[in-house]
Amino acid sequence: MTVTGQPPMTEQTLDQLQHAAFSYFLLAVNPANGLIADTTRDHSPASIGVVGFALSAYPIAVERGWMTRADAVERSLATLRFFRDSDQSGSPEATGYKGFYYHFLDMHTGARVWRSELSTIDTALLIAGALTAGRYFAEKTPEETELRALVETLYLRVDWRWSQGGLATIRQGWKPESGFLNYGWDGYNESIVLYVLALGSPTHSIAGDSFEAWTATYQWENLYGYEFLYAGPLFIHQFSHAWIDFRGIQDRFMREKGCDYFENSRRATYVQREYARRNPHGFAGYDESSWGVTACDGPSHQEPELTDEPRRLFGYAARGVPYGPDDGTLCGWAALASLPFAPELVLGTARTMLDRYPENLSNLQYASSFNPTISRDDKRAWVSAGLFGLDQGIVVMMIENHRTQLIWRLMRDCPYVGAGLRRAGFRGGWL
Amino acid sequence: MSAPGCGAPDFAGAGCSRFLHPQNITMQQHDDTSATTPQDAYERERLDNVHPADWRNPQPAGRYSLVVVGAGTAGLVAAHAAAALGAKVALIERNLLGGDCLNVGCVPSKALIRTSRVYAEMRRAEQYGAQTPDDVRVDFPAAMKHMRGIRARISRADSVRRLVAAGVDVFFGQARFTGTDTLTVDGTRLRFKKALIATGARPDTPSIPGLVEAGYLTNENVFDLTALPRRLLVVGGGPLGCELAQAFCRFGAQTIIAQRWPLFLPQEERDAAQLLSDAFARDGIEVRLNTDVVRVRVEAGQTLVDLVSDDYQSTVAVDAILVGTGRLPNVEGLDMGAAGVDCDAATGVRVNDFLQTSNPLIYAAGDACLEHKFTHTADASARIVVRNALFLGRQRLSALTIPWCTYTDPEIAHVGLYVRQARERGIPVKTFTIPMHDVDRAIADGEETGFVKIHIKERTDRILGATIVASHAGEMINEITLAMVAGIGLGTLASVIHAYPTQADAIKKAADAYNRTRLTPTIRWLLRRWLKG
Repeated sequence: MTVTGQPPMTEQTLDQLQHAAFSYFLLAVNPANGLIADTTRDHSPASIGVVGFALSAYPIAVERGWMTRADAVERSLATLRFFRDSDQSGSPEATGYKGFYYHFLDMHTGARVWRSELSTIDTALLIAGALTAGRYFAEKTPEETELRALVETLYLRVDWRWSQGGLATIRQGWKPESGFLNYGWDGYNESIVLYVLALGSPTHSIAGDSFEAWTATYQWENLYGYEFLYAGPLFIHQFSHAWIDFRGIQDRFMREKGCDYFENSRRATYVQREYARRNPHGFAGYDESSWGVTACDGPSHQEPELTDEPRRLFGYAARGVPYGPDDGTLCGWAALASLPFAPELVLGTARTMLDRYPENLSNLQYASSFNPTISRDDKRAWVSAGLFGLDQGIVVMMIENHRTQLIWRLMRDCPYVGAGLRRAGFRGGWL
Repeated sequence: MSAPGCGAPDFAGAGCSRFLHPQNITMQQHDDTSATTPQDAYERERLDNVHPADWRNPQPAGRYSLVVVGAGTAGLVAAHAAAALGAKVALIERNLLGGDCLNVGCVPSKALIRTSRVYAEMRRAEQYGAQTPDDVRVDFPAAMKHMRGIRARISRADSVRRLVAAGVDVFFGQARFTGTDTLTVDGTRLRFKKALIATGARPDTPSIPGLVEAGYLTNENVFDLTALPRRLLVVGGGPLGCELAQAFCRFGAQTIIAQRWPLFLPQEERDAAQLLSDAFARDGIEVRLNTDVVRVRVEAGQTLVDLVSDDYQSTVAVDAILVGTGRLPNVEGLDMGAAGVDCDAATGVRVNDFLQTSNPLIYAAGDACLEHKFTHTADASARIVVRNALFLGRQRLSALTIPWCTYTDPEIAHVGLYVRQARERGIPVKTFTIPMHDVDRAIADGEETGFVKIHIKERTDRILGATIVASHAGEMINEITLAMVAGIGLGTLASVIHAYPTQADAIKKAADAYNRTRLTPTIRWLLRRWLKG
């Protein structure tokens, strides 16, 4: 039994869910260039962040026998070659600039679409995926040797220092039409991995005090009886952890608090449960065994059947607890992605959510979200259409980190990650 | 008391505001929007209190202990306090006693906000188990009349008669320094031992092409409106802009806030801004962040405003533009150079921590010199000046603990340090957070949006600061301010009985949460042993 009193999800179900989530990358890929669609919706462009998850997922698939090593290498090579050869001029139709890449790319040509920004965090996720592949495919075959060289090329050419725009912290993005966005990565969020990669670079590293400048905006809060580094959306407590094993290593802030980021994510998971138990807005489906408020798709008044819905709806938004925005939308994948932090809580919760809202999955793949308060005529919850690549990727990686710590082990041996962590002030534990 | 107007001789040379000269109001007239205050009994009472039409300046006394230039909050407080202590005081005002706060600031805005809350509550009456009226019709002129009534009533406290009764010589007119210890009021010479510059501030209007030609509102004329603009653009997301945007939206205006900053309320805690942003969206206000207003055009009688956000351009059609992009100190026209007083057009009169200017005989207080331009800081700084100027005091401005509040719904109140400031100073900080949805009275009131966050220094219970977002945050912050000023720690607040049920109980809950963290495993073990024994 789990802390919720529910029977836990079985190992077999976990395996099925992980395998199903991985199959997204086989479904949504352009094999010619390795690009992965952001979603399964019509005309979806590629998302470079999702590509980073795919590059990290291929080794898992090899280990689990879902894919041959040769196939995984071939897919990874296609991806890495594409990015190496891509247009780096920074023009409005290019693929990237200064080693960074536009957030959304045309699936076929690889050119920028949707006037998207040159994304620093999504480039970091892409590069983290590339580094994962570089650590896993370590054999001396010509293919794997080329793969590792490509990874080095892509990582070493990223001009992280430029991405600060002359300021203390890294900017969120840049556009050829208007320059750097006015937003920096301030306050605790998913960007530890971005800072670690930027600090670990031997070619274009950011200044050592940049990490301190970023963490100066942290807030350590006692909320619902839990003390933790606060951030509202659950994914913030998960994304960097997909690659980096934060167990037992501490930066200056966490040393001061006697905590580490892994333990922090465990507490954040419990805060999610406390919020759902309180359910201040009285949404259907919220309780101690059903939670997961995070950035996701959600119901919107743009949908024809919801135009008259009196409740406020937020569509795609960074939902969070306890201050919202919250329109009753939950993410089954987000609850499951906290598995490494609090298995005693998550295994029961994931099973309960699965039993109560089977409509949240199709072919064992999690939808971006569901909303039981906005139920359909057949009483089933509103469910986000299609699948989102980021959601599938985090499920694949966090289940694996729970089961074998494969990704964490690979990245612990990555010298750039180690150097970046040390420059950020991390000490102790495996470091 | 005759109705004021430009024909009144005392106003002619007194730099009267647009408030007193409807024909000077530059607001373009669109639809039925208008900006001419009805000269009703309320207005006659207020003006009779704050600038009587038949006023005649007195003959100056020989040499004043204190001459106060400007009769806003700082000036009035200093004049009354000094006179009460026996000083011979002259008070000079070029316009209206009471300044911005009474006439075009706190008082009228709070009155309108209250009325707008009533409309908001009527519309969501079902949330409280009451029936929403079938037809909630907004009577904007009635709201404005109600505001004028409140403003007239409160003006009694600032009246010229009260000043005279207190022994203050009141001069209406433009002051100009003529030496280090002299000034003139419309040609009449006054000598002083000490002087106080308390000339306040005015709206800082951005230089947007076409704005002046199209017409715009500021706090100085928005309270003159007699008809509700159907579509309102608020430029700037500061406290005044936010408060009035919400009030006008609740009156029924389609309201957009456009602000240059990428973050909503950039000075406030992110969660506070998130909650207010959410509340604004619920009211129907459209907030456009990271947005520059680049041009205003009038085409075929329609005011069109061009907006740019990064590489995205758009145009909105509006009926009125309210500018709330900051305030500039009033330092012009005083010939401060003649008195050896340094000043800057942007930051105001330069003062030291004792509020003394570069002329040791002359002090400054309030908006004319302070970064925090609030009525209560004007009040507090004026009291410092009275002590320091007249009684050899050494009280420092930096020693003040200053709370503030933005009176939106929910309100956002703050005192002391923000977490970021504490961390920048190397102070380890921990925050105790109580969401208002954990507070019984807030649940009963249907006012669950918000939180109390109290920041303490790690391993102590010393309160560094607090932010409160709640329907009555402005009332609640005072308890934290009191604790900080009195040196009361968060642990002690847990032993203060709070009446139940009140929303301020959130503060006690935060204190209780602090006390629970003191129960270390060792203490818990000892307690268990004791109880078993």
